[in-house]
Amino acid sequence: MKATWLIRGARLAGGEQEDLLIRDGVIAETGRDLTAPGAEVIDADALIALPGLVDLHTHLREPGREDAETVATGTAAAALGGFTAVHAMANTDPVADTAGVVEQVWRLGRQAGHCDVYPVGAVTQRLAGAALAELGAMADSAARVRVFSDDGRCVFDPMLMRRALEYVKAFDGVIAQHAQEPRLTEGAQLNEGEMAGKLGLAGWPAVAEEAVIARDCLLAAHVESRLHVCHVSTAGSVEIIRWAKRKGWRVTAEVTPHHLLLTEELAASYDPVYKVNPPLRTSVDVTALRTALADGTIDCVATDHAPHPVEDKETEWAVAAFGMTGLETALRVVQEAMVDTGLLDWAGVADRLSVRPARIGRLAGHGQPLRAGAPACLTLYDPSGRARADLSGSPSKSRNTPFAGMALPGRVVATFLGGSPTVLDGKLA
Amino acid sequence: MNRHLISAADLTRDDALLILDTAEELARMADRPIKKLPTLRGRTVVNLFFEDSTRTRISFEAAAKRLSADVINFSAKGSSVAKGESLKDTAQTLEAMGADGVVIRHSASGAPHRLAGWVRGSVVNAGDGTHEHPTQALLDAFTMRRRLGRLEGLRVTIVGDILHSRVARSNVWLLHTLGAEVTLVGPPTLLPVAVDTWPCAVSYDLTASMPKSDVIMMLRVQQERMTDAFFPSVREYSRRYGLDVGRVALLPEHAIVMHPGPMNRGVEIAADVADAPRSTVVEQVTNGVSVRMAVLYLLLGGMEVSA
Repeated sequence: MKATWLIRGARLAGGEQEDLLIRDGVIAETGRDLTAPGAEVIDADALIALPGLVDLHTHLREPGREDAETVATGTAAAALGGFTAVHAMANTDPVADTAGVVEQVWRLGRQAGHCDVYPVGAVTQRLAGAALAELGAMADSAARVRVFSDDGRCVFDPMLMRRALEYVKAFDGVIAQHAQEPRLTEGAQLNEGEMAGKLGLAGWPAVAEEAVIARDCLLAAHVESRLHVCHVSTAGSVEIIRWAKRKGWRVTAEVTPHHLLLTEELAASYDPVYKVNPPLRTSVDVTALRTALADGTIDCVATDHAPHPVEDKETEWAVAAFGMTGLETALRVVQEAMVDTGLLDWAGVADRLSVRPARIGRLAGHGQPLRAGAPACLTLYDPSGRARADLSGSPSKSRNTPFAGMALPGRVVATFLGGSPTVLDGKLA
Repeated sequence: MNRHLISAADLTRDDALLILDTAEELARMADRPIKKLPTLRGRTVVNLFFEDSTRTRISFEAAAKRLSADVINFSAKGSSVAKGESLKDTAQTLEAMGADGVVIRHSASGAPHRLAGWVRGSVVNAGDGTHEHPTQALLDAFTMRRRLGRLEGLRVTIVGDILHSRVARSNVWLLHTLGAEVTLVGPPTLLPVAVDTWPCAVSYDLTASMPKSDVIMMLRVQQERMTDAFFPSVREYSRRYGLDVGRVALLPEHAIVMHPGPMNRGVEIAADVADAPRSTVVEQVTNGVSVRMAVLYLLLGGMEVSA
């Protein structure tokens, strides 16, 4: 039998201080001065309680690249970051393009127990962009896949993209597109602009993202299906998504923590820790992304946690792998970029990091307001204080994060998954 | 001066002038019967060339040897990764050998930056990808100053594939620092999209730029640009951006014609222009040794030049 927990004095989604009583995996009661004999008590005075964070975009690397991350290590890092659910991207080896692979990943998540793991299914077989994977089989599997993506690659063939969008309507799925025009980005290394020109690195133009997003919005409208745009990175993309939403089309979008905080100037060091796809953009883009997340044009923050072993980053820029890790720092970065700037309150953070991503992924057990009867998936966060991010003790197998050593506000204190703590006092429970 | 020479943009005006003046003194030495100086005796310079470049390697080798340094040529043809050894492993090998200076040529932009973080010795960038080639810019500036007597206010027109040219980048930063007025000329496809943020003027019209140029510097058109829609055909490129006798006639009397080599005769430069008296192509090679001696001397040396 699971223990009973009494959390005292937390500010629910940043609002009034209340107590939370957790029993049998659900929130049994909220209110002031609750009593529960025999319960384990957590003094959460002045801590923020958020519904457990949901990541729509996580690379867990298993199966295939267990040297970079495993389901167990990645989800442990996620729990430390306050997440209770992660969507494991499909670009593993073998690719998650069959019911067998997605069930394997799902089962590994259950065994590890740090987070609920929702595998993302590949849109096309082996991510090759040529033929649809068995989307229905993955949807019907034990993993109950609803989000499909070839992330890392763009589903570029417009006919295939149309068919994928149409097909997933049968089971209320969504196509999460990595929007990148392949011909415009051959060999691309860095945002095409001032820095790429000066550093002599091949440019990754904003138009290569925006053109695909525009096309996909039109396709989603045409077949009346759901499109989700991964890692939006440009001001122009925001404009297109805003336009599509105004039309009433079923388009959602995510932004990464790094695109909310970092800009292309960091590449001047040629340190590939700043190499990511889509690339870091300009301060104009960062401002547009923050505004869009605040006004809801961008629905959610997703980490695009992309672990890589040291040798894939300790190289020349052009040969280094794309990607950065970010699960453990995501909420702190969001506080820095969105809350401390006055753009978003804590209720907004709960919405953008839990409620909306859970809704996009069609997750019943996550993203629900903290009230009696809801599943006890929640995060306790201390927004006071500021400290350098120390990831030396991270359970993740990789360390390719640009945030290590950066002064950031806040601290994840505890995470509860289904009524049991996965993190207590900032450490794995 | 910095410990490394990685980007021409890192050089202050005083640094750059010190290098040019030192090169001038060292060039006088080259006219003596015995060209060798004992300055870098006991020092080790490694020429680390990941890309074929016989011209640049020989120039650095001659420079280091004339200063009595021990020279090790490390030719890792192709990418280091293709050979299975990372740049970091190579750097650790050089450290173990006790290299005082590493001259690196690499196909990846930024490789010298990375190397400088992994070795204790001085790193000299001998060309990195499409980023920079600072000693080329220094020898170009040296050549201009020798021929025309000054750099301040000099009107320098650089023509061709600016987008992929490390020579153009280094020249823009260095010449700007030294007070010259640079104009970049090329088809719009071969200019970086944010070239308006560079400290220079830009034009698409070579003919119109000719009468306003004290120096015209032609860049090599790489073979791989000819198949990727940067321009419709080599002949059209040559007609619009090539330097032929007709265009040269529009230059002021005193103007010089430069080319970093190797030249595509008949593409960006006509043969009779390349071989004309106002062409400095051969002098540039000679001056390259003096300038590289000056760089190695200033980065690695400690003794006065005994002139």
